[in-house]
Amino acid sequence: MEKTDQRKELKVSAIENGTVIDHIPSHSVYQVLRILNLMEYNDQLLIGTNLESQKMGKKGIIKVSNKFFKSDEINKIALVAPSATLILIKNFSVSEKKNVEIPSKVEKIVKCFNPNCITNVEDVVTRFDVVNKEDLKLRCHYCEKITAKDTMTFK
Amino acid sequence: MKNKSLVSINDFSREDHIHILDLAGAFERRPKQRILEDYVVATLFFEPSTRTRLSFESAATRLGARVIGFSEPGSSSVQKGESLRDTIRTVSNYADIIVMRHPREGSARFASEVSRVPVINAGDGANQHPTQTLLDLYSIRKTQGTLDNLNVAFVGDLKYGRTVHSLTMALCNYNTTFHLVSPAELKLPSSVKMHIKEKQLAYHQYTDIHDIIPKVDILYMTRIQKERFQDPMEYEKVKNSYILRNNMLDDAKSNLKILHPLPRVNEITYDVDDNPKAYYFTQALNGVFVRQALLAAILGVVE
Repeated sequence: MEKTDQRKELKVSAIENGTVIDHIPSHSVYQVLRILNLMEYNDQLLIGTNLESQKMGKKGIIKVSNKFFKSDEINKIALVAPSATLILIKNFSVSEKKNVEIPSKVEKIVKCFNPNCITNVEDVVTRFDVVNKEDLKLRCHYCEKITAKDTMTFK
Repeated sequence: MKNKSLVSINDFSREDHIHILDLAGAFERRPKQRILEDYVVATLFFEPSTRTRLSFESAATRLGARVIGFSEPGSSSVQKGESLRDTIRTVSNYADIIVMRHPREGSARFASEVSRVPVINAGDGANQHPTQTLLDLYSIRKTQGTLDNLNVAFVGDLKYGRTVHSLTMALCNYNTTFHLVSPAELKLPSSVKMHIKEKQLAYHQYTDIHDIIPKVDILYMTRIQKERFQDPMEYEKVKNSYILRNNMLDDAKSNLKILHPLPRVNEITYDVDDNPKAYYFTQALNGVFVRQALLAAILGVVE
């Protein structure tokens, strides 16, 4: 019964099947929920913020029951939570662990920093090409201007 | 090229550019060909630009096309609050091709995505103005006999000049040596220099126009606008330093040609106009041939 005891100590209880998104910076938890459209999720969803973490001091965690994300869907969160790890749970045990990767294209979630860009004037879904993954730089498909880490805001 | 929108100079390959220049040459030799008699060209100018609009309308009319459109948003449904999306969707029912100028960056790309017919960008805010770039390339090739291995100087406002940015990017395909002359505050942005560096081409930056004149094949002049300066004193200091006068051209190479996107204010004095090196008015005429070539190629009436 060792396994059960371990489970009891968890601050956020375990899920039977689904995805755990761990090591999210605490302040990004709600952004991650929004980006993944989990605000309207209607199965069990467990959220923890400001949890103690050896690796990062404080961290956030999201556990989504019965949901396995496609990689281009989940990689969007790399923009706000590059440190996040994904743990796929099947029947209460870890079936796979992986890191998030910055995608090569970003749609919808980021706002173009250029106030004169058509996407900030009309109702246009934003689209960007990621031109630099290390030093995050997104080139707007419309106005062709670069939105960088320090000018990035989310829709 | 048939049915393809032209939004950014990079939408067309180097081969496409050359093809358009060759077609433009054919229209220069025979400008009046009624090959677009069955076509309607819409010119939608959400921001006034008399020169560009007239050039397009002249090109379309010389080919026999009918032209519809508006020259300022005040006289259109835009004033009633119609979205760009709806204007473009509606007009693309009425015309075979849309030429548009709009004050917002990215508007032309968006229009090309909602339109049923191809869109030619005639300027989207500070972003792109590809037909200007093509007519600049045409003028350079025509006067120099080639686009390759030339020494090209850009003078004036290199920071905000959209024309300079697009032409610089296009010339990066032709082993150009760039001479960049501007006040310190108006230097070419690093995002544009990045393209020069990627192709490992040479560029030199100067603040004085005099030294470069004997070195170059093309002298591309631009206007310095007062409102670009944060400190009006800085403008007063530099405003007379980037004016080209006829007596400055004595040591120039015999093949030198002076280009300017126009309108000119005072950056080229009138005594230069009669110098055979002055090419800016012919450059504007070349714009009509280039736009004829684009209309005909995109509508698919020439191969």
